[in-house]
Amino acid sequence: MVQPRAERLMNLHILLLGAKRFIGKDAIREACYPEHARGPAGDEAFERAFERDKDALRQIGAVIEVGSADAFFDDEIGYRIPTEQTSLPEIRFESDEAAVLGLAAQVWQQATLAKATGRALAKLKGQGVEIDPSRLEVVAPAITADEPAFEPLWDAISKRRQVSFPYQRADETQPTTRRVQPWGLARSSGRWYVVGFDVDRGAERVFRLSRIVGTVRLTGKSGAYDVPAGTDVREVARRLSPSYPSVRAQVRVRQGTGVGLRRRAESVTPIADHPGWDALVVEGPVHELSDEVLTYGADVVVEAPRSLRDDVVDRLRAVVAAGEEAR
Amino acid sequence: MSAQTGDTAPDQVARLLALVPYLLARGEVRLEDAAAHFGTDADQIERDLRLLFMTGVSPGLPGDLIEVDLEALEGDRIIRVDNADYLARPVRFSPAEATSLVVALRTMVDTAPTEAREVIERTLAKLEEAAGQDGEGLLRLHVTPTPLESSAVVPVLESALAHGHQVEITYHVPSRDQESRRVVDPRGLARVEDLLYLDAWCHTAGGDRAFRVDRIVAATELDSPVADPGARARDLTGGWFTDAETTTVTLRLAPPARWVVEYYPVTGQRPGPDGTIDVDLEVASEEWVKSLLLRLAPHARLLAPAAYADAFVTAARAALRLYEADGVDSQ
Repeated sequence: MVQPRAERLMNLHILLLGAKRFIGKDAIREACYPEHARGPAGDEAFERAFERDKDALRQIGAVIEVGSADAFFDDEIGYRIPTEQTSLPEIRFESDEAAVLGLAAQVWQQATLAKATGRALAKLKGQGVEIDPSRLEVVAPAITADEPAFEPLWDAISKRRQVSFPYQRADETQPTTRRVQPWGLARSSGRWYVVGFDVDRGAERVFRLSRIVGTVRLTGKSGAYDVPAGTDVREVARRLSPSYPSVRAQVRVRQGTGVGLRRRAESVTPIADHPGWDALVVEGPVHELSDEVLTYGADVVVEAPRSLRDDVVDRLRAVVAAGEEAR
Repeated sequence: MSAQTGDTAPDQVARLLALVPYLLARGEVRLEDAAAHFGTDADQIERDLRLLFMTGVSPGLPGDLIEVDLEALEGDRIIRVDNADYLARPVRFSPAEATSLVVALRTMVDTAPTEAREVIERTLAKLEEAAGQDGEGLLRLHVTPTPLESSAVVPVLESALAHGHQVEITYHVPSRDQESRRVVDPRGLARVEDLLYLDAWCHTAGGDRAFRVDRIVAATELDSPVADPGARARDLTGGWFTDAETTTVTLRLAPPARWVVEYYPVTGQRPGPDGTIDVDLEVASEEWVKSLLLRLAPHARLLAPAAYADAFVTAARAALRLYEADGVDSQ
């Protein structure tokens, strides 16, 4: 009878856990992989299964050390899981903190992250932490990630594996295949972005997940690259997003209108000389402010800066010109 | 081998490595208590223990298999585990686990009311420390919650729903760009596609209304009970709740305006000339179409209906006049 994989994983973990010396591959094979007979086919099957199992234990949190299994010859590779590095440090939580942990379990609406949160909490429960979210009168935010690309990208990030995917830029008619070493994911304005190193362009790039129009394929080995130290994905996403630098704009807004602009304005002041209008100061990239101002039609007028004012006027003129042409 | 869909071998191993330390620390535990503690059912715990029974220090090496007292488990439904001292401590967080939990808490800090922030930050600090110094045990994941995700309105609505109280809301109607205050009897919250709706009886309008929660600017729970406490929330998934009849509009989108396809439910899509696409949208308000076209100017054209196209160009002309006169009309 073939032993179930879970049983084999447990045995492998127990075998390596706390081992005083590195345990050689052969000994591991004998103890945990008896179903793979010696010979080319069996050897290959064992190697594949062992690689996959090491990956699985690392995903669970085990730290697997690799070293020489022989005191005199360093050509036999061995493995062990040091108890101290692999064990969860003892953390004590007050009862209100434990309640917070319970709420945290409700944040992720995405299956893989919800599961990972659940696993982390199970480890704390294993330490005896009693989790009861009903003690706290706070509603957890709900974060979704519905894009099909999210899951494989997250998997690739945690394994540091290169990916390739078809990407549709808004200004191109056909999708192109991109090869990327993903560093991390950032969510902003309700959208997910992946930040990473574009292998073909030899530079860091940011991609919007909703524009990945096909399967994300994981290629190559785990741990294939390092994320540059100190990488802040939010900062990279912001820097590389195709947007112009932020400007502070002064706009006039008819009273009782422009609610969206008013809600994020730095200041709103009635204009004494022009009853019925307010002066607002808002901040944002030129093209975004331009889009927003245009949305309100004849209820919002840009005062400054000149670049924003010109952009709005040019766009309005283009519409009027096209309208006259159509007559 | 998976007993339930999505339950993989690593999942089961992860569960066992958390369960065993808990059992060892207590000596003996009732099956039901262990299930309650881990938020699972007794069957799953029992299945996991049967696997544990098969494992231990492997054949050919010194040591014995882990002992699970199956008699006590089957008879008195009591768990006793022995000979597993090397599993006395849970495995540390994997980077993915630490990250998901830490980012969940960071997002909670951003969205929680001020008075709850302190306890969340305290909890977060302990977890960040456990995850490793300077976050080196964390993966790169960052969430800036949207106003709806961090809405302070949602807790108010939920509380009012739980207590059967009326709510006063300030509602923003983008098509008219106005805010209105109304008293409603909340019936339920429903998520339809990406949006959260409040289903309610609106006293101001005198009828059933579905309000988009992201457009509720403010909400206050009142002391007054709802008029009809038994009323159940309606099924909002049918799309019936668009307040008015809809009209089909056809837009021709140049590449910079293509994002419309991702954002709005497009009912038809055809390639147009010169890299454009023609799309059909069901819309409830002419005002809304006008705003959208202005936002996309000059990368979108309205192909039908013709009356809307005239209104759009007229609106653009009116806006342009404000700049050309460089004055402010004070109508």
